[in-house]
Amino acid sequence: MANKYKDVLLDPIFNNNPIGLQVLGICSALAVTTRLQTAVVMSLAVIVVTAFSNLSVSLIRNHIPNSIRILVEMTIIASLVIIADQFIKAFAYDISKQLSIFVGLIITNCIIMGRAEAFALKNPPLISFMDGIGNGFGYTFVLLFVGFFRELLGTGQLFNVTVLPLASEGGWYSINGLMVLSPSAFFLIGLLIWAIRAWKPDQVEEN
Amino acid sequence: MQSDSIQKTVGVALAVCLVCSVLVSVSAVYLQSIQEENKRLDKIKNILMAGGLYDKKADIQSVFKEKITSALIDLSTGDELSEEQFTAKLSPETFDIKEMAADKVLGQALGAEDDIAGINRIPKNMLVYSVVENGVIDKIILPMHGKGLWSTMYGFVAMSNDLKTIKGLTFYEHGETPGLGGEIENPSWRASWTGKLAFDDQAQLVLEILKGKVNPASAKASSQIDGLAGATLTTRGVEKMIKFWFGKNGYGPFLKKLREASSNG
Repeated sequence: MANKYKDVLLDPIFNNNPIGLQVLGICSALAVTTRLQTAVVMSLAVIVVTAFSNLSVSLIRNHIPNSIRILVEMTIIASLVIIADQFIKAFAYDISKQLSIFVGLIITNCIIMGRAEAFALKNPPLISFMDGIGNGFGYTFVLLFVGFFRELLGTGQLFNVTVLPLASEGGWYSINGLMVLSPSAFFLIGLLIWAIRAWKPDQVEEN
Repeated sequence: MQSDSIQKTVGVALAVCLVCSVLVSVSAVYLQSIQEENKRLDKIKNILMAGGLYDKKADIQSVFKEKITSALIDLSTGDELSEEQFTAKLSPETFDIKEMAADKVLGQALGAEDDIAGINRIPKNMLVYSVVENGVIDKIILPMHGKGLWSTMYGFVAMSNDLKTIKGLTFYEHGETPGLGGEIENPSWRASWTGKLAFDDQAQLVLEILKGKVNPASAKASSQIDGLAGATLTTRGVEKMIKFWFGKNGYGPFLKKLREASSNG
């Protein structure tokens, strides 16, 4: 039994990563990963929203009429996202300005909807909650990976602390401008997916 | 009862909506005061940034109190309001641009011809700031707002005490596209404004934002600013905002008074 919980929590990180294997939630992974700080706050918001939307959907799963299933899920997710946004605006105002619309766009993040549909509707609350956290971790892992390289190579910093002294400020490192732009996240996610699938060949789709 | 019956469907829909709306309202109401405080501090921070006084380590509220003085001015005459003219609604403490502009008495509608910045209504009075160093006004900081591509952009423009040179520019509230129009917040673009001449010796507004890069060899380079790539309409909005607020319906009368005072003194 304990094993089952561990599996739903840890599987989404490498074995069944929502971005890596299912290629969901790419949009926000491009948008908020220029800096690690925003990536971390965004990830926390997604973990909280996925976990609680899974929990709430699972709690009422036996009462949700099939005809308005998606609407009910959407309402729950949207409310949770607004609440998360309010908290970020209250306690991390500077970061909320940088994240701007992307917190609100968690509503349209397929990972959350996908987990509510695929998991929470069929499973009891506690394990659904764990599944939500697990998938949030999977998302976080990719965001941190992308954010690490984009911030390091794009600005020479990590968490706003200078790691590679810039040539323009008397150091030796000249920034890679591509890393600041969104397309670089595509390359990084592509490389990550390649690495994971080389390590776990069973994730490769058959043609 | 069947989960798919009409009664149940309506019941579940109502119940979910009710619970969700209560949760959203409660969080919005309880967190509002903290958010308002954040906004207020952010505005102060932007005033300091425009005035070149912002220091990450220093306490912004005490720097603001120490270095910045504010004055409520009448836009049409350019005169400063005295304390006797303050009312419960109109005072430096309670001044809010949006509230004032919407107010029937304290705000005014702009005619289509005058409304270059696309903001429909403006307050009759504005709260302006100045940086005082050793008892002398060093810079004045003027709040400005104008329509960008998607949103109204709110910011501050700082001018040196010669009333010609721009000393700084910040935006504290806007809804422009992140990465494109949102680059009006970009520190290096904002820094390119510093030292540019807004007015020539005849007090004519000469500042302009180009599409593309400024040619440094051009005679006008000292009053031209690089446009933002991929944000033509937002930059045009910023330029119109500057034109409006430095014009006769904006701070024109106020600046004229200041110029006269400095040439007489």
